[in-house]
Amino acid sequence: MDFALTDEHRMVQHMVKGFAQKEVAPIIKEYDRKQAMAPFVLPRMGELGILGICLPVRYGGQGMDYIALGLACEELEAVDSTLRVVMSVHVGLNSLALLQWGTEEQKEQFLVPQARGEKIACFGLTEPGAGSDVAAMDSTARLSGDKYIINGEKMWISLATVADHALIVARTNPDASDPHDGLSAFMVELDRPGVSCGDIHGKLGVRAGSTGWLAFQNVEIPRQNLIGEEGEGFKIAMSCLDNGRYTVAAGATGLIRASLESSVKYAGERRAFGREIGKFQLVQQKIAYMVQSFEAAQLLYLRAGWMKNQGVRNTRETSLAKWFATDASFDAASEAIQIHGAYGYSDEYDVERYLRNAKGAILYEGTSEIHQLMQAGFALGYRDDVPLRCELPPFDLDAWRSE
Amino acid sequence: MKIIVCVKQVPDTAAKVVVENGQVTWGDTPLVINPWDEYAVETALLQQEAHGGDVTVISFGGEEAKEALKHALAMGCGNAILVSEPELGNADSLVTSHVLAAAIQKIGDVDLVFFGRQAIDGDVGVTAAQTARVLGWPAYTLVSAISELDPGNGSIRVERSVEEGRQVVEGKLPAVVSVVKDIGDPRYPSFMGIRKASRAEIPIWSVTELGAEVSEPVVTWPEITNPPKQEVVTEIVSGDSSKEIAESLAGKIIEEKVL
Amino acid sequence: MADKIWVYIDQFNGEAIPSSWEAIGAARVLADQFSGGVTALVAGEQVKGAAELAVQYGADQVYFCDDATLKDFRAEPYASLLSGLAKEHQPEVILFPTTSRGRELAAMVAVDLKTGVLPDVTALEVQDGSVIATRPVYGGKLLTKAVCSTRPQLITLRVRAFPTPEADSSRTGNLSEVPPAVSEDDIQTKVVGYTESSGRVSLNDAGVIVSGGRGVSNNPVLMPPEDMDENEIEIWRAQQGFKLIGDLAEVLGAAVGASRAAVDAGYVPYDHQVGQTGKVVSPDVYIACGISGAIQHQAGMRTSKVIVAINKDPEAPIFKMARFGVVGDLFEILPHLTEAFKNRLSS
Repeated sequence: MDFALTDEHRMVQHMVKGFAQKEVAPIIKEYDRKQAMAPFVLPRMGELGILGICLPVRYGGQGMDYIALGLACEELEAVDSTLRVVMSVHVGLNSLALLQWGTEEQKEQFLVPQARGEKIACFGLTEPGAGSDVAAMDSTARLSGDKYIINGEKMWISLATVADHALIVARTNPDASDPHDGLSAFMVELDRPGVSCGDIHGKLGVRAGSTGWLAFQNVEIPRQNLIGEEGEGFKIAMSCLDNGRYTVAAGATGLIRASLESSVKYAGERRAFGREIGKFQLVQQKIAYMVQSFEAAQLLYLRAGWMKNQGVRNTRETSLAKWFATDASFDAASEAIQIHGAYGYSDEYDVERYLRNAKGAILYEGTSEIHQLMQAGFALGYRDDVPLRCELPPFDLDAWRSE
Repeated sequence: MKIIVCVKQVPDTAAKVVVENGQVTWGDTPLVINPWDEYAVETALLQQEAHGGDVTVISFGGEEAKEALKHALAMGCGNAILVSEPELGNADSLVTSHVLAAAIQKIGDVDLVFFGRQAIDGDVGVTAAQTARVLGWPAYTLVSAISELDPGNGSIRVERSVEEGRQVVEGKLPAVVSVVKDIGDPRYPSFMGIRKASRAEIPIWSVTELGAEVSEPVVTWPEITNPPKQEVVTEIVSGDSSKEIAESLAGKIIEEKVL
Repeated sequence: MADKIWVYIDQFNGEAIPSSWEAIGAARVLADQFSGGVTALVAGEQVKGAAELAVQYGADQVYFCDDATLKDFRAEPYASLLSGLAKEHQPEVILFPTTSRGRELAAMVAVDLKTGVLPDVTALEVQDGSVIATRPVYGGKLLTKAVCSTRPQLITLRVRAFPTPEADSSRTGNLSEVPPAVSEDDIQTKVVGYTESSGRVSLNDAGVIVSGGRGVSNNPVLMPPEDMDENEIEIWRAQQGFKLIGDLAEVLGAAVGASRAAVDAGYVPYDHQVGQTGKVVSPDVYIACGISGAIQHQAGMRTSKVIVAINKDPEAPIFKMARFGVVGDLFEILPHLTEAFKNRLSS
């Protein structure tokens, strides 16, 4: 068992960290306050190849493995969650779904420009009335000749107002005996007539990002935009979440690390009762727990990433990593604020932003409660993974790097 | 055009460097490419992009220096060479400059050699000038801009950051150039560069093979210590108004007899 | 018998750089331990005045070379000249001020003479006929005592780390003119000129430095002009803030410094940057305005004799190293401070 990161992994970490720390960190507070996304972020991430990091070179990507994706997410979220959210939706939920389920034509049409950062991708599953209860969604996709006609509304969609492509799940068969089997997945170009979108403001966190809604009114898409087969929508959505959750887990690990590093720094500088507060045991305890959760979270997501590299189904392991890391990141941020005292309560320091951002991750990509049910289901034998018709391709260095 | 960049592997500037039992240690914080050398690599790559040719990055150090070389390869350098001699121990700048000069001569037909202005471990900052002297080439140090470069004519014009301002110097090639930050921010390694660098086989040249004229280092550091804790007694100057505070502060500073 | 302790007098346009006198002072202390006098070297154009001053500051013998080829410092001919003289007279030690010229010169002479160079030294002692030089390494995090086993030992002294001796116009010494070692045709470079006026005080030499950080752009009271975008407004605010810094610097005859944050934000050019990746300075007075005092900045100014900090954040690390601190609004304090100094120093 080799726990070491390769030279390549470390170079990727260093590069993404450099970008995030040098270009985004200095301005992030300003955009968080403004509740707007810094306009240079997406083009720059595209330019640097980060938006296609773990996609094969022949599909416009950078040919790195799934662990590199995780490492990149960790570094991005250590600066701000909004950077990692980009990766979660553009890469995790959308692009990797194309890699897993898409036809060659769909990959050429959608995946290649996404990997190059020429087009921005998002994921539309959640609706105003359907979050955890995915199968209760109202959006429909009716086959009419050689087109599907999409109607419905998706909400809490990251990058809604800036994306070019959306992976949308909608009901194609209202008469299916099990509503899960009545859903299908589609790629929708968001400049089609009938598509409207808007931003959602007033969120507790992830404010320097773009979160919004998408509405479809008789939007016509070609039949070829169907991903996989009709009725596979739910399974496809769940496999998308296996990848999105992975990025969330990795990102939350970075968030724990950010809380830990801020706390260590502050504990070394702040003095009370004649000494630096790092000398006090109750402060030390908080730091110790942060170290524990950081290292555990990191090992959990790296294991999930390794399994993806091997082509081994990792629904359970990714869910476990996401649940653990996100809950832990909220606690770490809360304790980080505690260590900072009143300064932690002010946005002059970063820790209050970490807390607000951390809470979001406990809600999206499966609430913590959903993950608890999943883990118990696996443990009690109530739940098992049925092999999918299309599995996420394992990492293949030669195949992924040939032109 | 043939361009060489000399880089060094050093502890991270953010590392906590202390002396324990008479030895320098930085814990397990990783070694990195000397930050000034990244600027040198960037400058070399820009000149290659403008004038064609190739860039070779070299380092004189142990096996760990391969990481600095890989970083430079990932930024875009075409080739890397590690010059190593485990017996040589802690080389001083005189040894280093002779070794580097020998390597540069072995590579042959070189037009330009770039260095960062100093390595952040020793903070000595003489290797560039010394390497130039060994080679008999001009040294352009503390360069903040390369205004003109004519490889065909063998001429160069640079701006240097000196105390009196920006000095403009022109002269011949081949030459050694050391750069400062103003020369331009180093690029990130690209993913393509990272892929190339990770599978690169870096040749190791031994100092004896190079035939470099090398003897024992003449400069040694027999003692290294943590700096004494400066006991500063901070006095916070207060007053009822900004004017009063300022007057009080001015008076106190004047009393220190430092103006 | 030839003096064993030599000092290179750095000059610009014929005027000696003041830190050269600090080197003569240090040389005199060494000379006592080596039983001999101090020899100074100066090269350039119209440098006889500097040579004479060197005697006043403590040199017993001065070799000077006055030549058109040496008008602007170029390392090649200067090094050949110095190396030739050193080979002839075999000094024990040659001291240089750590200027851009001094360091480069010492470097090349070291190659010529196959000896070592110890740069940026902050203290000297003599033990068993060897000079032991204390120098900071790792950005000042550690101190080494370095030695050079060969002769001459070439040592460059950190500017303002050694005291300036008193000039004594009654002192006498021997001036010898020497010819240049290299003809113009054999020199591979030419100095074309300078692109900035040398009017302002250079950070290296300054006895007093007033520095601004990112906080300098935060004056809430200022109303920017209407037609500026956000980036321009920030730079405008910073320029207003740095104007206050400049006013104080002018009254004190000080140089203007900046933290890395201020340089990275584009408020001032890199030439002003004090810190680990900028200039390392050691003035007598360092006034830090709106600078938090991060480790990298500290590395650039920690050896300043008297540090004064003005910052609205009482927790700013800079206060830990400050001799005097003001927790307050620098936009209010600075103008009053400038006024206070103006009144007191003119009397």
